Amino acid sequence: MHTLAQRLWQNANDSPDRPAIYLLQAGQPDQTLTCRDLVRGGLDYTLALQQAGVQPGEVVILILQHGAPLIYSFWGAVLGGFIPAIMPFLTEKLSPEKYRRDLTALFEITRPAAVITYRAFEPEVRAAALNSSVRVILVAEAVAPAGADSVSLAGLTRSPEDIVVLQHSSGTTGLQKGVALAHRAVFSQLEAYSRAIRLTRDDVVVSWLPLYHDMGLIAGFILPVLTRTPLVLMSPFDWVRAPYKLMHAVSRYRGTLSWLPNFAYNFCAQKIRDRDLDGIDLSSWRAISNCSEPMRWESHRMFAERFTPYGLRPEALATCYAMAENVFAVSQGGIESPVTVDVIEAPAFFSERRAVPASPEAPNVLRLLSAGRPLENTRVRILDDQRRELPERCIGEIALQGDCLLTGFYNRPDLTAQAFHDGWYLTGDLGYLANGEVYVTGRKKDLIIVGGKNIYPGDLEALAGEVPGVYPGRVAAFGVFDEVQGTEEVVIVAEAETQDEGERRRIADAIRERVTRGSEVAVRRVQVVGLRWLLKTSSGKIARAANREKFLREFGA
Amino acid sequence: MTDTVLANLSRFIATHILRQPDRTLFADDKLISGGLIDSFHLIDLSLHIEKEFGVRLDDTELNPQTFDTLGELAALIEQRRAG
Repeated sequence: MHTLAQRLWQNANDSPDRPAIYLLQAGQPDQTLTCRDLVRGGLDYTLALQQAGVQPGEVVILILQHGAPLIYSFWGAVLGGFIPAIMPFLTEKLSPEKYRRDLTALFEITRPAAVITYRAFEPEVRAAALNSSVRVILVAEAVAPAGADSVSLAGLTRSPEDIVVLQHSSGTTGLQKGVALAHRAVFSQLEAYSRAIRLTRDDVVVSWLPLYHDMGLIAGFILPVLTRTPLVLMSPFDWVRAPYKLMHAVSRYRGTLSWLPNFAYNFCAQKIRDRDLDGIDLSSWRAISNCSEPMRWESHRMFAERFTPYGLRPEALATCYAMAENVFAVSQGGIESPVTVDVIEAPAFFSERRAVPASPEAPNVLRLLSAGRPLENTRVRILDDQRRELPERCIGEIALQGDCLLTGFYNRPDLTAQAFHDGWYLTGDLGYLANGEVYVTGRKKDLIIVGGKNIYPGDLEALAGEVPGVYPGRVAAFGVFDEVQGTEEVVIVAEAETQDEGERRRIADAIRERVTRGSEVAVRRVQVVGLRWLLKTSSGKIARAANREKFLREFGA
Repeated sequence: MTDTVLANLSRFIATHILRQPDRTLFADDKLISGGLIDSFHLIDLSLHIEKEFGVRLDDTELNPQTFDTLGELAALIEQRRAG
């Protein structure tokens, strides 16, 4: 088996009536899509793209909300040998101008041949696609059944080294950096990760994760579909408004596997009414993997306490270290045995960058959750600032080697070259190894992770800098961890000339609105300060980490 | 009556969601499309409304089609309480 299309095709032949996806949507009855449905529904899109003249190996951007058209268009693109890339949909909060700018930025680098979207959104895409590589805009509602028309399935004859999918993170920066994954890399991941989580035919995956994010796309979509593991798929939009529906889905479909970003543990533990859990049975859940943002012991404890009365087995709480550049998982913990908790001395951690084991009763200790052992086909190394390998329990940059790694950043050979050193992929994450297990402690890059979503501070600073009254170039954006929510919150500090409190508040409000509408990131705190408050590096750049420390000192957490 | 509901909601949003306790929100402030309340906090607002006013908003109603401004939300609560 060399291509994803071959596997999908084989699934439909071997077990056409096996449920592949139970699609859950608020206010509608659950819909069952079988293995055969995925191919049949997909072929409508394959044919429509072919008839429009899109060639195998060309990129097709999907701008669709959670639902059958998104699922079918994705597999249709795979069957036709096109390269799908799923984009977040425009929400009412995001300003259309900003979204159009992001799309234009995406088109410039990725150079897609086609976009699939809804009729209502087509003019928006058309405007963004002006003077771009986009030749075809396909309206999902107008895609006709392929019926008996002959469809050529170029996806079946692609080479294992061909790119099968692109994954982007959000924002102007993220959209210009598409992670390009080959068929071979995806299969390597599916095989190694299936073994790491001891996947069996009795498993049922339950997911509410968005498909434009690696955790949702791989763990919550491609993995279950291609391994014939039934997938119960909810929409992130529905989940965030009714988190109890995740528990209902697990209970009703006897779900066994889920992946959640850390904040979701806190969110579920805190925001579900008791009466919405009446009659719920969570005993089937065997692994809930914490993934995609820093994992907190406290979040696991909170989740276990809240849901154990409903049958949750505390040993079901698992951990995973993953990134799109490795298709998905790098390591997995908590499957065979409970997640290891490493108790270490806080002072050595902060001042010497070492993880020195401490007694759990000792004062001043940190409890770190292990992300488990690397997958069998992935090697992990810790490097110092000169990129030399560090011994166990020393904190440095995590580097990877293995056969799931990205082919490159799409059309960005410059970024691809920078990302590797001596054959090792530099993750930009900081961590250490102990007894063969990976611990992720922070990041080298200035990246903010809110609810599992990667945010580049430069994008937010640029937006805030557009607000009248903000001193040009004097803005810092950074993340501050919030214990209650279990995730980072975005803080923006901006310099303004005015000393007037009312005027400063007006500027702060304008920054909040500008950033929210421009990036869809909720800004928790905006602080307008006087001139020369912000610290700069020797090269004249705003020093985010130093300003974060100064902010916490002066304005508190 | 609406004033009380409005003042209560304004206080809750300013204190717990925006973390600007001395801020006052106005009836025509756009909560959802104006970016004051992001999707992660819609559930907080709905739990608060249920606790304070005994009105349950269904999760499918937590969108700008049902209410967007603070005034619209207060009116919706009033209407449900009366009904």
